Amino acid sequence: MAWQWFHRLGSPRWFYEKTSRWLPWLIAGTLSVWVIGLIWGLAFTPMDAKQGNSYRIIYIHMPAAVLALAGYYVMAIAGAVGLIWRMKLPFMVMKSAAPIGAALTVLTLATGSIWGYPTWGTFWEWDARNIFMLILLFLYLGVILLQSVYPSRDGADKACAVLALVGTVNVPIIYKSVDWWYSLHQPATIKFTESSSIHSSMFYPLLLCVVAYYCFYTLALILYTRHEILLREARTSWVQDHALRS
Amino acid sequence: MSEPILTLQELTCERDERLLFSHLNYRCQAGDLVQILGANGAGKTSLLRILAGLITPLEGRVLWRGKTIAHQPDFVRELLFLGHQVPVKGLLTVLENLRWLNRLQTRNPSISEREALQRVGLEACADTPCQQLSAGQRRRVLLAQLYLSQAPLWILDEPFTAIDQAGVGQLETVIDQHRHNGGLVLITSHQTLKINAMRHLDLTDFPPDNRVYDHE
Amino acid sequence: MNEQTRGLFTAFTAILKRDLMLIWRHQSDILNPLVFFLIAITLLPLGLDPSPQLLAALAPGMIWIMAMLAGLLPLDSLFKSDFEDGSLDQYLLTSEPLYLTVLAKILAHWLSTGLPLALVSPLLGVMLALPEGGYGALVLTLLLGTVIMSLIGATGAALTVCLRSGGLVLSLIVLPLFLPVLIIGANAVNAAVAGFAISTHLALLGAYLALTLMIMPLAAAGALKISAGH
Repeated sequence: MAWQWFHRLGSPRWFYEKTSRWLPWLIAGTLSVWVIGLIWGLAFTPMDAKQGNSYRIIYIHMPAAVLALAGYYVMAIAGAVGLIWRMKLPFMVMKSAAPIGAALTVLTLATGSIWGYPTWGTFWEWDARNIFMLILLFLYLGVILLQSVYPSRDGADKACAVLALVGTVNVPIIYKSVDWWYSLHQPATIKFTESSSIHSSMFYPLLLCVVAYYCFYTLALILYTRHEILLREARTSWVQDHALRS
Repeated sequence: MSEPILTLQELTCERDERLLFSHLNYRCQAGDLVQILGANGAGKTSLLRILAGLITPLEGRVLWRGKTIAHQPDFVRELLFLGHQVPVKGLLTVLENLRWLNRLQTRNPSISEREALQRVGLEACADTPCQQLSAGQRRRVLLAQLYLSQAPLWILDEPFTAIDQAGVGQLETVIDQHRHNGGLVLITSHQTLKINAMRHLDLTDFPPDNRVYDHE
Repeated sequence: MNEQTRGLFTAFTAILKRDLMLIWRHQSDILNPLVFFLIAITLLPLGLDPSPQLLAALAPGMIWIMAMLAGLLPLDSLFKSDFEDGSLDQYLLTSEPLYLTVLAKILAHWLSTGLPLALVSPLLGVMLALPEGGYGALVLTLLLGTVIMSLIGATGAALTVCLRSGGLVLSLIVLPLFLPVLIIGANAVNAAVAGFAISTHLALLGAYLALTLMIMPLAAAGALKISAGH
């Protein structure tokens, strides 16, 4: 039973038809969580004692950073599944995850430097987390570049999966080494296991924003993957029927 | 009819998002010489690479002695694959190249490497670096393996490229001999081979079938 | 040693010998990265300022970065000719594991690029007024670091072997992965100059080397199979 489910997961058609039904709910859910989280965070939380109102960019910045990193693992795991079980769908997910992750990384860097100007007095500081995000962007760009220049689609998928996996092994090492290089950074403020150093009035809207970003990420990944499915499966009869109907 | 030694089952091949052939079924017996026919780009090289296990077909499988080649690590020991490229290094001498190419083949004890070079007309340049040779001579270094190899299955992709007429005649004799010794030869060639009782596998008999994309 | 291990060892040394012979007969492959290393280091004082204090401060990082870039140059050709002349197919059609073939090729590549770079680095240290304490650390970390960079670089080379402008793509995908080696290596030299022990740095590099030694030849072998399937 479990395996049947797993193999259906590898079927682009099954994915496309299932997600068609999920999409409206997902869009509605993402929008409502996001709006509530942002309004709560931006308008109803108290001002930070040291940073004033500028800290509020954290509601956009911090969840983007979380998803940018998580997205790399989503990409690598999708690639690994594709390589191991020789399935088509995971490769499409992998290809879709790369630009979304890169965009989130850029968003993290941009919001970080907007926040950095009033806080540090400079748009770019050689801070460990800044550098790590920049390297993560390079890693994403490497995958996107390799995917775009490879002569065959099949080869591109597999080569990118190998690169993403190699990157995955190196991501924690890069993170640690950058951290070690520059240990002058703020400690991570949210830890679910320990008592949080951030005040609960700021914590709950932030948590809501993280949830919203996860929903948004899922939504974006599904939309990109559906687009990729239609492109790649254009010769199958179900896509052709689908195109004729709409 | 005896048991087939090589069986092609339902092979479908796709290159660069284009189907080349579909539902290819074929059986070869020991002692067969099969020439693969098809226009440029029809998938002859792809088929040979599938048969050597270098690429996986979109669908179908290849059986060697009744078992899928992907599950037989020792299949490569029974195979001599000469692709259309010439894996000969210009900086190494003719003899060094031949020794390297032949290092894993089951040796034919009755003939030495120098003798093989003599058969292909390269005995005088055994110690010449290959970069000084002509294209035809380089190809001959590769073909000298045919005299040395004891592998039962020969897969030859355009082996006569850049070879002169006398050379082609000699090679036809070796190939004919190999199959009379119970070997199996699969070959592509733009030239008409002057060998009797050849079988032909025409790829146009297995046209692309887009329905394979509907298989999950 | 049983029959099978001996067979694998023979295959490994055969590939290593052949690659070294090919490199030996084309010696500019060894010299080019060294000359690049030398020229790049020469440009540095000319572009900045020849004062020994400044150069000494920059020397550890600069020598490391230049060694990294010089090591990057010959990577593109690591599997290129094998891919183009069909030797790669022959590697795949042997019963030897591809991991071993790749490892032998990487070792030959390191012996002809990384090792000479590490060995000439003290000379460049002198040119950049590297303080006395740094020389041992420089050579040691470069010896370890260049192996790691060859291993990571080989994966990049295998991934890009079938691309026409593979060299540029190769640099872009491989350079971010070199970062930890650069950080640890350059820091070790700085620490040694300041008079601290560098055993931690060497241990870290050693651990990283062990990790890449396990993973990278596998990844490179996988990438070569993908390229051959093309």
